[in-house]
Amino acid sequence: VIGERTTSSSNGMQSILSEKDARIGEEERRGAVFKHVEGLGYRVGQGLVERFSQDRPRFAEVLDVMKFICKDLWQLIFRKQIDNLKTNHRGVYVLTDNSFRLLMRMSTEAGGLDTVTRAQPYLWFPCGVLRGALANLGVQATVVAETTAIPVASFHVQTLRQD
Amino acid sequence: MSRTPRQIGEEVWKTRVEKVNAELVTLTYGSVVAQLCKDFGNDYIQVNEQLDKMGYNIGIRLIEDFLARSNTSRCRTFKDAAEIVSKVGFKIFLNITPTVGNWSQDNKQFSLIFDENPLADFVELPDDGKAINELWYSNILCGVLRGALEMVQTQVEAQFVSDVLRGHETTEMRVTLIRILEDEMPVGDD
Repeated sequence: VIGERTTSSSNGMQSILSEKDARIGEEERRGAVFKHVEGLGYRVGQGLVERFSQDRPRFAEVLDVMKFICKDLWQLIFRKQIDNLKTNHRGVYVLTDNSFRLLMRMSTEAGGLDTVTRAQPYLWFPCGVLRGALANLGVQATVVAETTAIPVASFHVQTLRQD
Repeated sequence: MSRTPRQIGEEVWKTRVEKVNAELVTLTYGSVVAQLCKDFGNDYIQVNEQLDKMGYNIGIRLIEDFLARSNTSRCRTFKDAAEIVSKVGFKIFLNITPTVGNWSQDNKQFSLIFDENPLADFVELPDDGKAINELWYSNILCGVLRGALEMVQTQVEAQFVSDVLRGHETTEMRVTLIRILEDEMPVGDD
C-alpha cells in the first residue's frame, strides 16, 4: 500500500511539475509575442508623432503631452478621442476608451471572461504605439493595458522620473 | 454590366468603406517589414515569402468583405477579373487603381502598374547592398491577390518584377492565370 501511495504521489508530483513547466512555457511564449507586437507598435507610435507633431510648439508639461495623445493622436489612429484621462499627479496616467476600435466587434462563443481574456493581446499593439509616441515626445514610460468589459480599454501609463 | 468597374469602385469607396489614416497604414506596414527583416536576419528571400504568406491569409478573408461591399457579379473572362481587381479591389481597400496592361498573347498574363503605392510612402530599403536586389517590399500585395482570387476559383501566381524602391522606373506586378478551379464536391456527398 505504501509503495502504491508513493508511486501515485510521485506521479501526481510529476504531473504538477509538467503542468507548471507548460504554464511557464506558455507565459514565456506570451511574453515573447507581447514584446514583438508591442515593439511593432512602438515604431508606429514614433513615426506618427514625428509626422504629426512637427508644426506644434514644444509641450511644456507631461500633461500637455498626454492631452495631445488623448485628443489628436487617438483621433488620428482610431477616429475618436480618449473618453477619460485620470492622473494621480505623481506620474501615473490612466487613459480610458469606452468604445475602443480594436475591440468593437469582438465576441466569443463563451462570452464574458473568455472574450476579455482573448481580447487582451489586441491591446499590446496600441500599448506600444503609446509608449513610442511618448518616447518621441520626451516622456519615458511603461504602458500596460487591460479590458474588463468589451469594448472598454484602459491604458495605464507610468512615467519614469528623469533625474 | 450597366456600370463600369471604375464607377463601382468610386461609389463603394465613397459610401461603403470605413477609412483609416493613410500614414497609420504605411507606418504599420513598414514596422512589420522591418521586424521581419530583423527576425529573418536580413534573409530577404525569406522575408518576401513570409510577406506573401501573410498576404495570402489576408486575401482569403478579404474576398468576403470585398464581395459583400462591392456586390459585383461573376467575371466572365480573366480580363474582366483584372479590371475588377484594379478598379474596384485596389480602389476600395487602398484608394488606388493600378494600371492594367502588358497582356500576354494568350490573355493569361497581365501586369498591374502602380503609379502610387501607399505602402511604400517614405520608405527606403536597407542600404546593405542586398535588399535592393532581393527584397520585394510590397510583396504582401501579391499574397493578398493570390488568396483572394483563389477563393473565387481563380488560381494565379503573382510577383513583382520591378519596384521604384529598387530604383526601377515603375512598380509592376505580374499576374499569371494558372487555372480556373472547378467546384469539387466533397467525397461521399451526393
